[in-house]
Amino acid sequence: MDFNRINEKLSILADAAKYDVSCSSSGSKRQNKNNGLGNSSGMGICHSYTEDGRCVSLLKILLTNHCIFDCAYCVTRRSNDIKRAAFKVQEVVDLTINFYRRNYIEGLFLSSGIFKNSDYTMERLIAVAKKLREEENFNGYIHLKSIPGASDELMREAGLYADRLSINIEIPTEKGLKLLAPEKNKKDFIKPMEKVKNEIIQYKNEKKLLKKVPLYAPAGQSTQMIVGASGESDAEIMYTSAFFYKSFNLKRVYYSGYVPISYDNRLPSIGTAVPLLRENRLYQTDWLLRFYGFDVRELLNTEYPNLESDIDPKLSWALRNLDQFPIDINKADMRMLLRVPGLGVKSVHKIIGARRYRKLNWENLKSIGAALNRAKYFITCDSRIFEGKDRTAAQLKGLIMNSSESKFRKELSTQLNLFDNQSLLPK
Amino acid sequence: MKTILIYDGSFDGLLSAIFYVFEFKLTNVCIKKREHSQQNFFDAEEEIITDKIKATRVWKGLSKKLSARGRRKIYKAFLSEIPTIETAILNFIKRTFSSEVPIENDYSDPSILEIEKVAKKVDREKHRMDAFVRFRLTNDGIYFATIEPDFNVLPLNTAHFKKRYADQKWLIYDLKRKYGIYYNLQNVAMVELEISSEVNNTSKALTYFTVDEINFQELWGIYFKNSNIPSRKNMRLHIKHIPKRYWKYLPEKKF
Repeated sequence: MDFNRINEKLSILADAAKYDVSCSSSGSKRQNKNNGLGNSSGMGICHSYTEDGRCVSLLKILLTNHCIFDCAYCVTRRSNDIKRAAFKVQEVVDLTINFYRRNYIEGLFLSSGIFKNSDYTMERLIAVAKKLREEENFNGYIHLKSIPGASDELMREAGLYADRLSINIEIPTEKGLKLLAPEKNKKDFIKPMEKVKNEIIQYKNEKKLLKKVPLYAPAGQSTQMIVGASGESDAEIMYTSAFFYKSFNLKRVYYSGYVPISYDNRLPSIGTAVPLLRENRLYQTDWLLRFYGFDVRELLNTEYPNLESDIDPKLSWALRNLDQFPIDINKADMRMLLRVPGLGVKSVHKIIGARRYRKLNWENLKSIGAALNRAKYFITCDSRIFEGKDRTAAQLKGLIMNSSESKFRKELSTQLNLFDNQSLLPK
Repeated sequence: MKTILIYDGSFDGLLSAIFYVFEFKLTNVCIKKREHSQQNFFDAEEEIITDKIKATRVWKGLSKKLSARGRRKIYKAFLSEIPTIETAILNFIKRTFSSEVPIENDYSDPSILEIEKVAKKVDREKHRMDAFVRFRLTNDGIYFATIEPDFNVLPLNTAHFKKRYADQKWLIYDLKRKYGIYYNLQNVAMVELEISSEVNNTSKALTYFTVDEINFQELWGIYFKNSNIPSRKNMRLHIKHIPKRYWKYLPEKKF
């Protein structure tokens, strides 16, 4: 291996891949077979964290950053004047294996700029995965990008070697896509996603009948949307997201606050702050949809097209639905417990476990780990002390915000409004 | 007068001590490792002899009252090596035996919540070791790593590393507790070694490590640096995920 050359390629192609935020390595079920190398069953492991606080669990690189497309939001767009590089298939294999053996990574995340055409690019990605699985007996995690417009046969083959496949729709609305990436169209994203979905369904059906069916993308599919690049509302993002969860059984949708990388006047200019707070609120909403039994229409609708930035979406929902509270912590069903601001999934499970033995009081709830500063206004328990006063939503909001400190208080302070920071202002 | 039971520090020793508590129906009792014991005038000390048969009887008794997960929690709490953990485990076990119904989910009981919390801490440290172990390839073809975990978690890590790195020889050494686990392509064994200071966490001494080893560490450092997005910098979160005490294991934090 020529380390000097690889050093340079790695720095270019890791740099170009970092805007893809997915790093998960969980949810697969690939066991180590025949005393080979690696496994990826069960929970993922974050082996390191970058200084921006994001997990590093996979070797996340592009095969090449040569690209025939010119999408305005992308660093590797054709018209951008940057250094270009390309890995050979064997180089990626060697890097992956050597990093994996040293316990640096859980596996490989391989994406690529589109060179020549979609199928040619997809074939090269598959070649890397195939080599890892068949020649190196590698059972670690492999996440491959589905290239927009790739043919069904190739998507079928990709799923046989990869644990997860993903295709980034990037722009949540069709009008945004027309504006920023006029050469791409929605169909090109949907087709590979549809194929993978159907293959996964078929795999599950065959699995029921036959004992040995080769694994097909056991960790499912995911996608990513850029937030704050094309002036979309929170409702537009989350409705798109809900649609993809439902129609394609996605495991995850990632939201990536747009990091300005160009002087193109269709986009926020360089120097604009990354909308981290908004990104955070979208993830909270995503979690409410997936783990808390909320429907997207309860959280966002024509009346409330954007999330409140100063409080989390669950609290925001509760304040709009005060008629459903307070609830009795010792009697309420799981569905309602999950809707109490300040109770997470784990606290709810502990409450349900503990209340079989005795009626819970404030002391018990506190030691279980419930965030009572928020929860206390929405629940009663085995105690004569409770917040009996009838308060309006605005009063409650004020009380709760005074008793807690948001990690985003800097962004929330009114001072920021002096600057022309569109991404933080309510639309 | 309080009775203090002194045991040898092994898990079987602790279970033997607990057997003793039940056998003689001791009420005012406290269990300590030999290395933590300090004689005083007021309490009576009793030396416990580790007895595998008695230990097994306690463990079997527990299996009738506790799920496998519940029993594992006891073992994890034991590995925390917290000086008062023996008494907490004794309370937990007493509570378990005294109840007709299984009680492991009764989180409103302090003695249960205590074990749950300590076991969680140990689990977290175990998971960190799964993540932060960094193997370096030695000239004798062994992937070698040194660690100094807060708790004695190596016994919990064994299964994970054995499953994952089935085709390479590896050795993980706990510098704090002076023992390691070594996999020789067939099975994992506990080993005690004299470790030269030259092979400690940061060493790149070519007498021990291959040339490629140093190159790969550098590549990993380059990868780490380039996957960061400077405009999203958030050191507080970074340090929350990788507390500074672990940095010394990590080649990527040296560049």
